[in-house]
Amino acid sequence: MSDVIVVGAGVVGAACAYYAARAGLDVTVVDRGPVAGGTTGAGEGNVLVSDKEPGPELDLALLSNGLWRELAETRGGFEFEPKGGLVVAETGEIQAQLTGLAGKQGVEHRIVAPTALRELEPHLADGLAGGVFYPQDAQVQPMLAAARLLRHGADSYGHGTVRLRLGVTVTGFIRSGDRVTGVRTDKGDLLGGAVVNAAGTWGGEIAALAGAALPVLPRRGFILVTEPLAEPLIRHKVYTAAYVTNVASDSAALETSAVVEGTQAGTVLIGASRERVGFDRTTSVPVLARLAEQAVALFPALRGVRVIRSYCGFRPYCPDHLPVIGADPRAPGLYHACGHEGAGIGLAPATEHLLAQLLTGREPDLDLHPFRPDRFPEEPR
Amino acid sequence: MTYDLMTYDLVVIGGGAAGVAGALSAAQRGLRVALIDSGARLGGQYFRHPAVPPHPATSGLDRFVRQTRALSERAELLLGHQVWSVSREPGGDLTVHCVTTPGDGSGERPVEVRGRRLLLATGAHDRPLPFPGWDLPGVLTAGGAQALLKGNGVVAGQRVVVAGTGPFLLPVAAGLAAAGARVLGVHEANGGLGLARHPVLALAKAGEAASYALSLARHRVPYRPRTAVLAAHGGDRLEAVTVARLDRDWNVLSTRRVACDTLATGYGFTPQTDLGVQLGCDTRRDADGSPVLAVDDRQRTGVPGVWAAGEPTGVGGWRLAELEGRLAGLAAADDAGLAAAGESAAREAGAALPEVLVRRRDRMRAFARALLEAYPVKDGWQGWLRDDTLVCRCEEVPLSRLREAQDLGATDARSIKLLARPGMGWCQGRICGYPVACLAGEEPAPPRRPVVQPITLAALAEDLSAEPPTGGPS
Ligand SMILES: Cc1cc2nc3c(=O)[nH]c(=O)nc-3n(C[C@H](O)[C@H](O)[C@H](O)COP(=O)(O)OP(=O)(O)OC[C@H]3O[C@@H](n4cnc5c(N)ncnc54)[C@H](O)[C@@H]3O)c2cc1C
Ligand SMILES: Cc1cc2nc3c(=O)[nH]c(=O)nc-3n(C[C@H](O)[C@H](O)[C@H](O)COP(=O)(O)OP(=O)(O)OC[C@H]3O[C@@H](n4cnc5c(N)ncnc54)[C@H](O)[C@@H]3O)c2cc1C
Repeated sequence: MSDVIVVGAGVVGAACAYYAARAGLDVTVVDRGPVAGGTTGAGEGNVLVSDKEPGPELDLALLSNGLWRELAETRGGFEFEPKGGLVVAETGEIQAQLTGLAGKQGVEHRIVAPTALRELEPHLADGLAGGVFYPQDAQVQPMLAAARLLRHGADSYGHGTVRLRLGVTVTGFIRSGDRVTGVRTDKGDLLGGAVVNAAGTWGGEIAALAGAALPVLPRRGFILVTEPLAEPLIRHKVYTAAYVTNVASDSAALETSAVVEGTQAGTVLIGASRERVGFDRTTSVPVLARLAEQAVALFPALRGVRVIRSYCGFRPYCPDHLPVIGADPRAPGLYHACGHEGAGIGLAPATEHLLAQLLTGREPDLDLHPFRPDRFPEEPR
Repeated sequence: MTYDLMTYDLVVIGGGAAGVAGALSAAQRGLRVALIDSGARLGGQYFRHPAVPPHPATSGLDRFVRQTRALSERAELLLGHQVWSVSREPGGDLTVHCVTTPGDGSGERPVEVRGRRLLLATGAHDRPLPFPGWDLPGVLTAGGAQALLKGNGVVAGQRVVVAGTGPFLLPVAAGLAAAGARVLGVHEANGGLGLARHPVLALAKAGEAASYALSLARHRVPYRPRTAVLAAHGGDRLEAVTVARLDRDWNVLSTRRVACDTLATGYGFTPQTDLGVQLGCDTRRDADGSPVLAVDDRQRTGVPGVWAAGEPTGVGGWRLAELEGRLAGLAAADDAGLAAAGESAAREAGAALPEVLVRRRDRMRAFARALLEAYPVKDGWQGWLRDDTLVCRCEEVPLSRLREAQDLGATDARSIKLLARPGMGWCQGRICGYPVACLAGEEPAPPRRPVVQPITLAALAEDLSAEPPTGGPS
């Protein structure tokens, strides 16, 4: 019997195990696949504060940014790179909007004049109207981050331990009266003082097993990966202003914007597309072509660089673009930490730091009210 | 973007024995056919780089050359075109996305070819196993050695060791010896059969295999069953190999060192199924555990309008590939005829195919299966690795990093790849996919490669002919 059972060994579940163990709890993490086999294995690993409107998600992102830095210093092993993010504007009007947003965010930033863009990114295209540089934006290798957090959680804390059960599918909940006291799995029952739903894009399915509705939907994204470059062409995470509006959009239709960055492996990652097409993995040539077109428009030097692979994943999307974090009043004992959409890697530490506070009866550092599980209108039956 | 406004009745990918035979039989039945191959010439693995044959002209090559001549008069040949993706149009047609680099210096450009039907004849690629030193210059795959032979003289006088498992070691060794190399030995990790009782001798290929055997005997090349090359040594390039005697599970019994400057090694072939997997074709496990495209007796895959022939349906040599290609071409032609006549029920069943061809194919398929069973890859090779042996050469991943990933919770080959990067580089796991799966304790999964061949961002950006989909209802 554990204090906490975490469903999902993605980056969110891993962070949960880490912070709960640090808080002295015994944790069992259950996943039907391997570590990081879900959306965490299909993400880019950006830890961004630049792309968020002022509000609860930005507060969460800022807290998380500090926690990632702390984890990198004290733990490490997941290629943390505080490279900074550069948002560029195609027109003067967009530059004015970016500057306005930066003023409201209260995040460390620097306005970049058109003539100064190439000091930051020598290979940027001609004719851009400027940009805003965010030094706090960073990157991690998400799969390693998840694996390392689980390992650190398991190794480091004498009082709290982490047990990992891979290849185990959760099929239902054990209830005692109303209360959730464990999970049923294809490999037997597991009892726990609390259950955390960290099942990402499948968080809605897990909640449904407890009779609670949670509208988490898949929002598909493709990434192009280039051959490794001998010399890094791109120094920061660079994206166009359209990315911010796409992220915030409610449309199910395809949206793409240029998001370009190098990795420590020497490859260049090119995103980002968003569309709601269910869990369809079929490669869409037009989407890949569009991503390529936008990338070479931003960095003409990439024209001759070859794409060697591409992958897609399904962001856990909630209609109001906020994650679900906290206790579910409809099923006492069940907590949620899912639905982080395109920011789950960035937001994982703060999410689980706060949840661990909640699980150990302390006052969370941030108000979790905006993230509460029962905030969605009940679906009409 | 090049628009080829023509919609072909059949597009064939691959210009080896299977693709050429398939394209020709369909074209002879009146279909409008396009054949695409990345090579500059037709021929595929076997006929493009013919192993220097023991006799100057093999009947196979003669016939193949005749076929290509006939084909060039009846079909569109798109050589030097690499296919990187195939997609399905809303109306049901298939679009084959290629890139080609014209000689005028204008750089790579995309080409789309549209067809009502598709024949996948993409062959197989070499399957080397990793061992200490396999990344040294001078260590080649069997296919690489065969390609080397093309530029004659390169091998003359070289001291060559051939190692691995499977009947194809023989033609490689014979070819090298005939080209003037000193072949110090053919090390077959399986064995017990010996050359005389080699299963190839027992069947149709007898003549061919016997002549390889004769050629090896003439050049005094020793054939040593139950031995293998465990390690390659050298500074800048290969200087020597460690040869071991093995037990039946490939555990090492004893070793010795052999000085040499070239090593050709191969442990069979991996069928190239990625385009089929992309299209959603069902796969099945071949006798050696490799995923291959599942086809019915008309060479149809489970996906409407898509046929497969040759190595992608299971490794079996060029003769079987050619037969399957012919049958696929005939079946596709039948399908076109019945479609034109509006006979959809008959189309589902398909008209009868020539009985002799069908029977011969089935016999050769059974023989191919027997060969795979006679030359399995045994787990003992995993014991030849050291912690620092590179398992993935593209990403330079040593065995120790793989083990570390497993220790961190990577319980399958895919998550090992995510944590330790084997298979993320240039070859997209074509080389390391098989050994990584073995080391993960699983059978290799059908390859998921949305981008089958590298494509420049400029060419990909131009591939914008189709309007992007407008998003689904969810
Ligand atoms: C293309 C793309 C790019 C992205 N880029 C970024 C980025 O740059 N920065 C960023 O912060 N975010 C990014 N994201 C989003 C990020 O990847 C996700 O928000 C994050 O990975 C979610 O993590 P998770 O742990 O919640 O979910 P997951 O990683 O999906 O983990 C959930 C786990 O639950 C398991 N599970 C589900 N059902 C069951 C069950 N019944 N029983 C047992 N186990 C179960 C699954 O197997 C899975 O392993 C991107 C996403 C995509 C698709
Ligand atoms: C060293 C060696 C020795 C062998 N010896 C013998 C022997 O003695 N007897 C025997 O019967 N067999 C032998 N074989 C096997 C023989 O080569 C194959 O059985 C035969 O080539 C199979 O024909 P195929 O048409 O299926 O494929 P292949 O000949 O491999 O042709 C496939 C073609 O598809 C093309 N292609 C693949 N993917 C793409 C793409 N994405 N875009 C464009 N083009 C593409 C390739 O360029 C290639 O030309 C040997 C093989 C090797 C490597």
